[in-house]
Amino acid sequence: MKKFLTKLPEQAGRLLIVFIVFIALVLLVRFLLPASLKDHNIHIQNTVATEMSRQVRYAGSEVCASCHDEYNLKKNGYHKNLSCETCHGTLKEHSENPTEIKPLVPRQRDFCTRCHAFDPSRPTGFPQINPSAHNPMKACVSCHNPHDPKPPNVPQECQACHAEIARTKAISSHVMLECTICHEVPTQHKVAPRNVKASIPAEREFCGKCHSTQSIIKETSKVDLATHGEKYLCWQCHYPHMPEVE
Amino acid sequence: MERRKFGKKLFTLVVSSTVFGGLLKKANAQTKDYDPSKHYYGMGIQTNKCIGCGKCVEACKDENNVPKEPFFFRTWVERYTIKKDGEVTVQNIDSRITTHRDNIFEKEILRSFFVPKLCNQCDNPPCVQVCPVGATFKTEDGVIIVDDERCIGCRYCIQACPYGARYLHPEKQTADKCTFCYHRITKGLPPACVEVCPSQARIFGDLKSGASPLGRFKRLFKLHVLKPFLNTEPKVSYSDLDGEVR
Ligand code: HEC
Ligand code: HEC
Ligand code: HEC
Ligand code: HEC
Ligand code: HEC
Ligand code: HEC
Ligand code: HEC
Ligand code: HEC
Repeated sequence: MKKFLTKLPEQAGRLLIVFIVFIALVLLVRFLLPASLKDHNIHIQNTVATEMSRQVRYAGSEVCASCHDEYNLKKNGYHKNLSCETCHGTLKEHSENPTEIKPLVPRQRDFCTRCHAFDPSRPTGFPQINPSAHNPMKACVSCHNPHDPKPPNVPQECQACHAEIARTKAISSHVMLECTICHEVPTQHKVAPRNVKASIPAEREFCGKCHSTQSIIKETSKVDLATHGEKYLCWQCHYPHMPEVE
Repeated sequence: MERRKFGKKLFTLVVSSTVFGGLLKKANAQTKDYDPSKHYYGMGIQTNKCIGCGKCVEACKDENNVPKEPFFFRTWVERYTIKKDGEVTVQNIDSRITTHRDNIFEKEILRSFFVPKLCNQCDNPPCVQVCPVGATFKTEDGVIIVDDERCIGCRYCIQACPYGARYLHPEKQTADKCTFCYHRITKGLPPACVEVCPSQARIFGDLKSGASPLGRFKRLFKLHVLKPFLNTEPKVSYSDLDGEVR
């Protein structure tokens, strides 16, 4: 080998070096350079493939349906367009491994107000509330089912909204009287109280049904309507929910 | 001696390049069951449905590892406030909805609304043209993506985007942008922002499939794109867009 190299004419030696460099370059381009640097299409394919293989975090509401009844509950309610994961967070991992990974369960008020607090930039007609006036301090979910918020758990008892009156009446001599004996209350009053009002007795004779000397009801104390209190309405002197006079 | 070494090197070269080529083929095989030539993606935005809850911004960050700090966005929501004297203020809502409209008195406001924004996936993308290393390109199905292996972080594309849709990822030091959640849409899932939107302000779809919510949206409404005079030909279109929106 050595002999062969020394015997070689100098020009041929130089030529050989050039030749080797050339071969090396060809090899470099052919084999060492990643194909994506040489061919635009391969580059695109690779990048697209990496992009497609990235991890999915939001599973989508359909996935929850197989394990949770909330899916069917929500389907027809006002929150039908909300994805489960809008409220419960990214749950791809939970749906694959439900006992290990626990979802968020947002029970605090400021979670709901993120969408429902009044804001003048919001489209008109979107249901908004004033958080400091709408049942403050109570958790929204104690009245509204988050998976079917409307009709909200309409309170059946008058006392849900008229607690003060109910408490007063409860220790008065009218304790045995239902609110509805004196007030006619349309069912809609419990849903939209300001638009649909309950009635209020209009004249003296209403109390007279039970308290006038002519009344057939036995166990009430009686007064003569003609003389007692004369031209005033009874409730100008007796508070009807606490009628006793000291 | 020399020759043997050379032979060895040549051998490893050949072997490694075939293995590499094999890997490449495998990566390509993954994309096989999805045919990009059958799709072309777009998005519709119904401005008057957006309630500005910022869930889309959060979801995008969760799904795509976008830093949580409020300067990095693939999608974001702007609050437009137009005062009676014509002054327009634009605020990125940054999901801190409670601190809105600082220093603007309610009665000075003429109108106010939210506008969700993201990469328009232009058919004629200025960002692709300026990239000096060919790291960003439009896929066959119409999405502009960035190869973060090749991106050198020179910020030309960030400058070139007229919509401010790109940012420099602080950890990777490469340009980052909305991909319509390419890893989701190629599996038939909607982008994360669309998944969590409570009011269907965002409508994602395939422009190649005839009957779809996006098709219906495009038929039903008078549509606008942002900055049409730049001839970028966005694939994100807006309905009910206020004249003041830039
Ligand atoms: C494979 C079945 C399965 C799927 C799919 C699944 N979950 Fe669950 N999930 C469970 C089980 C089981 C539990 C109860 C875990 C426990 O208490 O240990 C649970 C608990 C929950 C809880 C209550 C957590 C708590 O602290 O009380 C929520 C909320 C929840 N899942 C939401 C979802 C949502 C939203 C989805 C859809 C993205 C989903 N799950 C998908 C099985 C599933
Ligand atoms: C508007 C936000 C919201 C949406 C949308 C929502 N949830 Fe919930 N979810 C809640 C809240 C708030 C609670 C806690 C309720 C409570 O404590 O009374 C809850 C509780 C749960 C629980 C636990 C129940 C329990 O008693 O521990 C499950 C399971 C659940 N949700 C599943 C779902 C699934 C499945 C969906 C989609 C079909 C869904 N949620 C959509 C807000 C939401
Ligand atoms: C991501 C936004 C979002 C969150 C969070 C959210 N909601 Fe809603 N809510 C909506 C949308 C959207 C509607 C439907 C509005 C419509 O029909 O126009 C709705 C409807 C309602 C309604 C019915 C209003 C009506 O029209 O009478 C109630 C009540 C309600 N939500 C309560 C809640 C409560 C309680 C929570 C917290 C557990 C909550 N929402 C969380 C978006 C949200
Ligand atoms: C004490 C029970 C109670 C609590 C707590 C409560 N609500 Fe309500 N909410 C109601 C009732 C009753 C109605 C229907 C009557 C009304 O409009 O005031 C209602 C109505 C609503 C409406 C519909 C308003 C409209 O204009 O259509 C929304 C939205 C709402 N609530 C959201 C919330 C949110 C958010 C919270 C928590 C911050 C909350 N509620 C807490 C009882 C409650
Ligand atoms: C959802 C809450 C709610 C429930 C439940 C409710 N109310 Fe009311 N009610 C109100 C509110 C709020 C007002 C005040 C309306 C106003 O000031 O315009 C009111 C007003 C009234 C009034 C006065 C009407 C007037 O003209 O000033 C009467 C009487 C009344 N309620 C009786 C009842 C009775 C009786 C019940 C039970 C059968 C009942 N309400 C249940 C919320 C409620
Ligand atoms: C004995 C008949 C009677 C009964 C029983 C009664 N009320 Fe009244 N209520 C009246 C009369 C009379 C008025 C009118 C008072 C006035 O105008 O000063 C009135 C007024 C009201 C008002 C409006 C004025 C106010 O005081 O806030 C409400 C609300 C009300 N009642 C609720 C109730 C509720 C709730 C109950 C049951 C817990 C009830 N009432 C039971 C007779 C009655
Ligand atoms: C359905 C029958 C009924 C009606 C209507 C009624 N009350 Fe009574 N009232 C009673 C009963 C029963 C008592 C308890 C027994 C008693 O002390 O007389 C009572 C007690 C009273 C008392 C206390 C009497 C005492 O001895 O301390 C007063 C005052 C009174 N009612 C005033 C009124 C007024 C004013 C009205 C009209 C707003 C009214 N009541 C309507 C049944 C009625
Ligand atoms: C001008 C004020 C006034 C008016 C109006 C009035 N009351 Fe009285 N009422 C009183 C006073 C004061 C007492 C307690 C003194 C008494 O025993 O005479 C009383 C006592 C009563 C008692 C208890 C009597 C007893 O024997 O214990 C009843 C029942 C009663 N009122 C019913 C009514 C009814 C029904 C009306 C409406 C028709 C009415 N009041 C109107 C002032 C009034």
